[in-house]
Amino acid sequence: MNNINAPQLYLDDVVLNPEIHIVVCTGSGGVGKTTTAAAIALRAAEHGRKVCVLTIDPARRLAQALGIEHLDNTPRAVEGIQGSGSLDAMMLDMKRTFDEVVEGHSDPERAQQILNNPFYQSLSSSFAGTQEYMAMEKLGQLHAQAQADGRWDLIVVDTPPSRSALDFLDAPARLGSFLDGKFIRILSAPARGAGRGIGKIAAMGFGFFTSALSKILGSQVLNDVGAFVAAIDSTFGGFRERADATYALLKDSHTSFIVIAAPEADAIREASFFVERLNSDHMPLAGLVLNRVTEVTMPEVTREQALAAAQELAAGDAASKFTAALLELHAQRVSQAERQLEFAHRFTSAHPGIRVTTVRALAQDVHDLDGLREIGTLLTA
Amino acid sequence: MVNWSGTALHVVSGKGGAGKTTVAAALAMNLARDGKRTLLMEVEGRQGIAQLFDTAPLPYEERRIAIAPGDGEVWALAVDADEALVDYLATFYNLGRAGSALRKMGAIDFATTLAPGLRDVLLTGKACELVRRKTKRADNAYDAIVIDAPPTGRIEQFLNVTSQVSALAKTGPIHRHAEMVMGVIGSPQTAVHLVTLLEEMPVQETIDGIAQLRAAELPVGAIFINMVRDALLDEKQMTKVRKGTLGIKKLSDIAVAAGIHQAPSVLAVALLQEAHDHVDRSDLEARESQRIDELDLPTISLPLISRGIDLGSLYLLADAMFEQGVR
Repeated sequence: MNNINAPQLYLDDVVLNPEIHIVVCTGSGGVGKTTTAAAIALRAAEHGRKVCVLTIDPARRLAQALGIEHLDNTPRAVEGIQGSGSLDAMMLDMKRTFDEVVEGHSDPERAQQILNNPFYQSLSSSFAGTQEYMAMEKLGQLHAQAQADGRWDLIVVDTPPSRSALDFLDAPARLGSFLDGKFIRILSAPARGAGRGIGKIAAMGFGFFTSALSKILGSQVLNDVGAFVAAIDSTFGGFRERADATYALLKDSHTSFIVIAAPEADAIREASFFVERLNSDHMPLAGLVLNRVTEVTMPEVTREQALAAAQELAAGDAASKFTAALLELHAQRVSQAERQLEFAHRFTSAHPGIRVTTVRALAQDVHDLDGLREIGTLLTA
Repeated sequence: MVNWSGTALHVVSGKGGAGKTTVAAALAMNLARDGKRTLLMEVEGRQGIAQLFDTAPLPYEERRIAIAPGDGEVWALAVDADEALVDYLATFYNLGRAGSALRKMGAIDFATTLAPGLRDVLLTGKACELVRRKTKRADNAYDAIVIDAPPTGRIEQFLNVTSQVSALAKTGPIHRHAEMVMGVIGSPQTAVHLVTLLEEMPVQETIDGIAQLRAAELPVGAIFINMVRDALLDEKQMTKVRKGTLGIKKLSDIAVAAGIHQAPSVLAVALLQEAHDHVDRSDLEARESQRIDELDLPTISLPLISRGIDLGSLYLLADAMFEQGVR
């Protein structure tokens, strides 16, 4: 239960609800996003659901706990699930996913041409946003498979640790419009029969544009881009459509977003920002998970009271000194909890009505399924 | 003693949430001590420096943002890849106004998107250009430049610009520019520091990051261990907690006698719980600290500032660096 003046978020109502088919876990880096995704996926599976969890960049021990330390871009069954449900887990391989999109939309010869293109190789491994785009692409694929063969009834997805947690919402459209845009058309124009679709830019000096670009990048790059665009032309429309379809899937009433934060300034700021964006995009938000909250076992003993007593005892014998140290520990803990509460209130006062659940800070990172189970219990308490 | 007088460029990276920006700012502050002049540079468009120093968002322009102890000056610059490209075109190709026209068309955004390595080369290139002012003994040179860099997961790629660019352009001007940048970043003029917390995941990321930097032959500087708590219990007391021989009943009675309004039995349970949590955490920190020691790098510990970070706490952290011999 939370003690921060916000309605309680009951995660069981989300992940055990048969009407919910996709859960997206998001938040800034380092707040326990991947662990939360894995924990709720496990919980749902052990309550009878057929779950697939898509993680982006899990910590090694979490990956080991799920048995997915080898990246092969395919969901694998997690061993040791209790009950009638099932849990499959996978780690995203963004390059492999991109390659599959290309292979799925071109004949083998043309696909090979694209895969060998230096520009494609750069785009598929380091384009800012490729990871986000491919995460959403993979989500779309898993969802389609679930619809087709019923292998899963719930997909839990973790979002990439990008500069902004929102990138995954924008990346598909951005990559789509980039590949579809006017400049790339110009670059590919020689290979496509010049002139088409240039319009306004041509007036400003098509030659100037390409010569500036080749000055910056070198002409080889432009040739590679031109060849890439010409080769991938047939799948162009596909990129846009797929991006639109994924976006629609995220807005669907069978989808639910969980925002994850820690009670710290940056994480709370990001969480607020994210909630606002989800609202303005009409994305279905379940609520906020506030991780790593300091628990105070004895709030009636205030910080001031503990410190005053500690001061009095500090000059005494060994037992008094020990007592003083324990009271200082208590005072430290109370002030930490108070500070966290202030951060939490920044969120709740800006977003009244958003459901919140809190999870106490754990001493250790998760090493095995039991650890994940424990977090699942704490999340839904 | 960590003598960085020969280091012109400090690159501060670390796990998200470990306090990279704070440490970079405090380092810039510490290195500006006694009449020196440092520049704190931001490259990710987050305006984290402005937030930290509580000023308006920084433009693409060097600005003085704080005074360091002993009349030093800390300057700041938020570098933006698009602006840096216009800058680059103006400097190297006399494309001044044409560069702005390209920018209006969105062509520059397009070019940096087309070649992701280009973005990083431009950002690091700007830092290297500022470093070279010092070599040229220019009037506006800085004694040191500190970059608030991308997090550990992306730092090797961010700095290893030649490999990024050569995947794309094997010859040409941007390739040459990248080689110039590498001449600064790959040299002893540069030090890459990682900020970590004494927790499992950040430490693991630090270990992996150091291995990557070493493999790429990038110059590794120091590890900054951030948010270190005071040791409230000594070794003897911790042993008693572990063994359960602290005599909690007696200690609770003492606390009640000293004015704590609580039933001794309730107090005993709570204090014991808190003591155990503290010892568990200390043990974990000791283990992680051991793993950092094994990296055999200079380490600098920075205290936890529990009231939250503001300008005042930057001076505190800069002093902590100074006390540990960072010059």
